[in-house]
Amino acid sequence: MIHYARIISCYTADTSGVCSALYELGGMVVVHDASGCNSTYATHDEPRWYDMDSMIYISGLTEIDAVMGNDDKFIDDVCESAQRLKPKFIAICGSPMPAMTGTDFDALASIIEQKSGIPTYAMHTNGMKSYLVGASQAFEMLARNYCAGSGKTKNAVNILGATPLDISRQEIVDSIWGWLERSGFERGCCMAMGGTLEDLQTAGDAVCDLVISSSGLAAAKVLKERFGIPYVVGLPFGEEYADALRSDIVRAAADKTDIVSCALRGEISDDCDTVVVGESVYAGSVARAFEMQTGRRARVIHTLDTSSELIARADKSIADEDKLEQEFAGCTLVIADPLFKPIVSETAKFAPLPHEAFSGRCFRKSIPDLVDKKLKLEF
Amino acid sequence: MLKKAGGEITAPIGIKISQASFPRPFDTGLEYSPPARGDWNIVHMGLLIPQSHQIYFCAQGCLRGVVQTTAEMDAMDRLSWAYLCDEDYADGSMEYNIIDSVAEVIKRMKERPPCILVFLSCMHLFAGVDFDMIIDELEGRFGGIDFVKCYMTPTMRFSGLAPVPTMYRQMFVPLRECEKDGGVNIIGYNWAIDDDCELVRIIKSAGVTLRQLPELTSYAQYLEMARSDINITIIPEAAAAAADLEQRLGQKHLYLPVSWDPEKITDNYQKLCEQLGIQMPDLSQDMAQAKAALENAAGLLDGRPVAVDFMAAHKPFELCRLLLEHGFNVTRLFVDVISGEDEQAFEFIRRSYPEFEIYPTVNSSMRFFASSEQTQNEYLAIGQKAAYFCCTDHFVDIVGAKDMYGFDGIKKLAAQIADAHQNAKDRKTVIQHKGMGCQSCL
Repeated sequence: MIHYARIISCYTADTSGVCSALYELGGMVVVHDASGCNSTYATHDEPRWYDMDSMIYISGLTEIDAVMGNDDKFIDDVCESAQRLKPKFIAICGSPMPAMTGTDFDALASIIEQKSGIPTYAMHTNGMKSYLVGASQAFEMLARNYCAGSGKTKNAVNILGATPLDISRQEIVDSIWGWLERSGFERGCCMAMGGTLEDLQTAGDAVCDLVISSSGLAAAKVLKERFGIPYVVGLPFGEEYADALRSDIVRAAADKTDIVSCALRGEISDDCDTVVVGESVYAGSVARAFEMQTGRRARVIHTLDTSSELIARADKSIADEDKLEQEFAGCTLVIADPLFKPIVSETAKFAPLPHEAFSGRCFRKSIPDLVDKKLKLEF
Repeated sequence: MLKKAGGEITAPIGIKISQASFPRPFDTGLEYSPPARGDWNIVHMGLLIPQSHQIYFCAQGCLRGVVQTTAEMDAMDRLSWAYLCDEDYADGSMEYNIIDSVAEVIKRMKERPPCILVFLSCMHLFAGVDFDMIIDELEGRFGGIDFVKCYMTPTMRFSGLAPVPTMYRQMFVPLRECEKDGGVNIIGYNWAIDDDCELVRIIKSAGVTLRQLPELTSYAQYLEMARSDINITIIPEAAAAAADLEQRLGQKHLYLPVSWDPEKITDNYQKLCEQLGIQMPDLSQDMAQAKAALENAAGLLDGRPVAVDFMAAHKPFELCRLLLEHGFNVTRLFVDVISGEDEQAFEFIRRSYPEFEIYPTVNSSMRFFASSEQTQNEYLAIGQKAAYFCCTDHFVDIVGAKDMYGFDGIKKLAAQIADAHQNAKDRKTVIQHKGMGCQSCL
C-alpha cells in the first residue's frame, strides 16, 4: 500500500499529539527516538515552545541501543532527569525504531514508575499515525487517572480536545470560555490549554463536556462512563451555529444525551460542490456555520483518522493526494488549509483556512478566531 | 516573560572549564531542543542542487520536519513524499513501494527534473532495504534523470559516516568524469564565499574559474563542477565528499579549514597559493585590519560579558581564544561536544582562563536555563543559542560562520559584534527562522 504526495504537506504524527496534549500540565514527556522529532515538534507544532517551559524530551536513541535492546539506558536517563526535575507525571512515547524492535513500553513505564516513584504512563505511539491518535491517548489517560469530582454537579462545561495543533492559540480557547459564560455556563476544566493538572480534579462536577476536536472524544467517553457526563461535539463557529451549539449543550445536559452537533448538517446531496477539508470537528463546525450563515450546503472531506459518529451523510474520508485532487476537480468552493491549494482546480474558488497540524507555523498569524462571529472566509 | 509548566532545577548545569573533560564535558541523557533554528538540515542542503527534486520515504513523524522546512521555504514544488504504515515494513514490499511511489510522483509532474534525491529512513536501512536495486530500477525506467541515494537516518548517526558528511558526499554523486578546465570548486559549505574574502580574491587572481554550488542556477552549471581540478573544503564535514570526488574524478582535495587563528589562516592561503602555482600575496594589511576591527569592537564593549555557542562557528574554542586575546570578556560557551580540531584552543583556555564557563545545550535541565536568567540583555551573544540562553537581544546572528572566512571574516565578525552591542534584534523572531540565509515565509 503506498501513500504518497507530490506537492501537498502532511499532518503531524502521534508523538506530537501526545506532547501537545500534555504540554502545560507539569509532566515530563519523553519520546524514545534518535533526534529530529523533538526539533520538528518544537519548531513546527508547538507555538508555546519559546514562551512556556515544558519538559518535552527525546531519548537520543542510537542504532546500537536499538539493536542490542539496551532499554536500561532509556530507563536510567528518564529516571535521572525525573529525579532532578520533579515532574508531576511521566509519559513515554514510542517512535518508528522502537516499533520495529518491539519495545515494550508498558513494561518500561512500570519499571520507571517503580524506580522514580512518579506515576508513569506508556503512550502507544509509533510515529506512523496521526497526531489525533496521540493526543486522544493522552487525553484519555488524563480522564482515567487525573479527573475527579465532588459528587455535586455544577452548571459547568468542560472543554475537551484543546491543543494548538487544532486550535492554535490560547486566545481562541478563551473565546470559547467567553462564549460559554455568555451562554450561562460556568467554566469547567480544559483538556488541556490554559489550565493545570489540578484543575482536572473538578472535571467530574460538570453538567456537560464540549468536545472541540476528535482527539477529545475518547476522554469524553471515559468521563461519561466515570461520572455520567454527556458530551456535545462541535466548535461555536459563526453566530448562528454558536446559538445552535448552545441549545445542543442545554439539551444534552437536560436529557443526559450525547449530541454530535457538528455532524448535524441536514440533507446534503453527494454532488454538493462546496467542501470543507480537514479535521472532523473543526471542518464539520465550519461546514455547519457556513450552512447556517449562507443557506448553502457544504460537505466535509475528512483527511484524518476519524470516528464514524463524526461523519455526516455525503461527507467523505480521503487522505491521499491523487484522490483529493479528483474530488476537488468537481468542486466550485474549497475551504481548506493553503497547502492544499496546489491540487485544487483553478476554476474552483479557494478559501484558505490554515490548520496548524497541517501547515505548522507557515500561516499561524492568519489563523482566524471564528468563535461566535460572522464568518469572514473569502468565499 | 517565560512561563513555567512544572519542573525544577536542583543541580548546577554549567561547569568551569578547568573541570571539563575532552571531548565530552557533559554526561549524555535525555535531550532538549532549544528554539534556535538557523542551522541547516538535509532539505536545505539538497535544495542547493539547482532544478533538483527531493522525495522522502519515512514515517509520518519523521516526514513532518522535512515537509515543513520545505513549506516555509515556499518550495513545495521541489519536494514529494510517501509515508510508511505499520503494515509496510514487514511484508517485503518496501523496495517496490518506493519504486512505485517515485513513478507515481514523476507521473504527476508537469516537467521531469534532471535530478531526484531519494531519501530513505532508519526503518528502511534497519529492514535491510536494497537501495542499489531501487536506484538501478528507477534509472532503467526513467532515463535522463539522475537518481541519488540519500539518507535521513538519525538513529545511525554514530554508526559510520554521520548524516551531514553523508549528505555532502551524496550531493556530488551525479558529477561525472569529463575534460578538466583548471577550475576550482568550493564544496561542502552551505553559502557562497564572497569576493571580499581573501580566499576568493586569491583564486580569482590566479585566473581560474571558481565554482560554488550556492551560486549556481542550473543543473548544467552544477554538472560543470566536474570540470574543476581542485575541490576546496573548509569544514571537516565536507571531507568525505572531497575524498569521493578525488577518487572518482581525480579532483585534488585541498582542505583549508575555517580558523580564528591568524597563523593558521595564513597557512591556509600559503597552501592555496602553492596549489595554484602563484605568489602568496601580502596579507599583512588584511591581518592588521582584522586586528584593529577586533580591538575597536572590544573597546566599544568595554568589558560587557560575551557568550558564544557552538552553532555560531566551527571551532568555537578557537573563536573564544581569539576574542579573549583581543580584550573581550568572554565568559560563557555553550557546547555539547568538543571537536578534535578545537582541542588545542580548548586546552589553551583551560590553562589560561580556568574560570571560563561552559554549558551544554541539550541537557534536560537547559529547558529552564533561560527562564532562570535574572537579567535581560546583560550579555553580548555570538550565535542564536547563546542569545536565547542568555536572554539577550544584543547578539550576532550567525550560524556555521556564514560569510566569515579568513581575515575578512574576522573583520565582518568584529563589525557585527559592534553593531549588536549598540542595536537590539527581535530575538524571538530572528532565531526561530530555519536555515540561515534561506527563503522563509515567516
